[in-house]
Amino acid sequence: MPRTHITTVINGDETEFLTEDGTSLLNALRDEVGLTGAKEGCGTGDCGACSILVDDRVTCSCLMFAPEADGTTILTVEGLADSGDLHPLQQCFLEGAALQCGICTPGFLMAAKALLDKNPDPTETEIRYALAGNLCRCTGYDKIIRAVQEAALEMRGK
Amino acid sequence: MKYVAPSSVEEATSLLSASPSAQVFAGATDVVPQLRAGRPAPELLVDLKKIEELVSLKSDDNKWTVGAATPTAYLTEDEAFSHEFPGLSEAAGLIGSDQIQNRSSLGGNLCNASPAADSVPAMVVNGVRAVVAGPSGTRVLDVSEVVTGPGQTSLDDDEFIVEFEIDNMPARSGDAYLRMIPRTEMDIAVVGAGARVTLADDGSIEQAALALAAVAPTVIRIPDAEDALVGTTADDATLDAVAAAASEACDPIDDKRGTVAYRKQVAGVLAKRAVLIAIERAEQRNGTN
Repeated sequence: MPRTHITTVINGDETEFLTEDGTSLLNALRDEVGLTGAKEGCGTGDCGACSILVDDRVTCSCLMFAPEADGTTILTVEGLADSGDLHPLQQCFLEGAALQCGICTPGFLMAAKALLDKNPDPTETEIRYALAGNLCRCTGYDKIIRAVQEAALEMRGK
Repeated sequence: MKYVAPSSVEEATSLLSASPSAQVFAGATDVVPQLRAGRPAPELLVDLKKIEELVSLKSDDNKWTVGAATPTAYLTEDEAFSHEFPGLSEAAGLIGSDQIQNRSSLGGNLCNASPAADSVPAMVVNGVRAVVAGPSGTRVLDVSEVVTGPGQTSLDDDEFIVEFEIDNMPARSGDAYLRMIPRTEMDIAVVGAGARVTLADDGSIEQAALALAAVAPTVIRIPDAEDALVGTTADDATLDAVAAAASEACDPIDDKRGTVAYRKQVAGVLAKRAVLIAIERAEQRNGTN
């Protein structure tokens, strides 16, 4: 099977990789680029564990064919921290114990980042709707919502 | 599967004509789950999002034109569009999560041909037209003519929808869409109801359109309910007739989301409520806004 050459910017770095056309972007990120932060939960766009930002919009990388990424700018959870300093969302998830097993966490972080990028002061209801595409079987969601509220507060203070 | 992203409508139609086993897609939010569920893989995946007309949202003095592959998030984020067509904007905004909204499109929601597609009743009541491209040029279909049954459309294999045309909302008119699901977000309609009304100067209903989703093999119009509304001010007796006509027109399935009897009853309730919201919006759109 011939492989297609893809050029993207991932987490700030120009990145090239080869992929088979029918491969999901999620699998290409994990297996070709070596970024294993995004997880596969359902593979059908229901659980949000594979959420990444593509051209600043949150999307399920399991629903994208890898060749669609050509020419795009991608942010994965690996690009969230700034030179070793955790992003306020990551710090607040950590301090607020907003995770247990952690499989869903990269997806929640990226969906929350997309929300706070466009709405720095969301209500609890807005946070719950914005995270409706992310499933968590451990936390009961409450600590996640509170961590996002805490991070939003901190980010507005800067 | 080979992936291609044509940059023009002509390039796309010639690719489709040359490849009998090709699948066009926009956001792939239905295509990928279907492939993973075991649907035979096409030889060719034709990504329509690199064609300029297919990802655009614009208006002129007479109409809105929405590219068939335009992410539904663009519609809900556009204040002018959402102000003029709140029902259609809300229906489009109910399709899945934010992750899905950034990929899902009116063209995909229509051509996936699910009886439960949220945007379709709202498009039907607004008289939306689909501009369909094929090897011999384009043709224009009413949206209600596109879906012929679950998973089936009237488009040929080498045709696809380029864009939708939506005539400007007239004065004293409004639309609405309501959906019943067993939870708050992220589910498929048990019943969906789209309504649009235009009011006469005396406040009575001059024109009415009502369409239901998830209660028949395709989205259905309810002419008996529409006739019952015209000339009235939607008093209680008229609304009871609307609900009865809506329930009567349903031919739903039993499944885990709802029984036949439940769907019929909910169809009547949602039809009434959607009509009332459309009337309220029509009263606010008095020609100066």
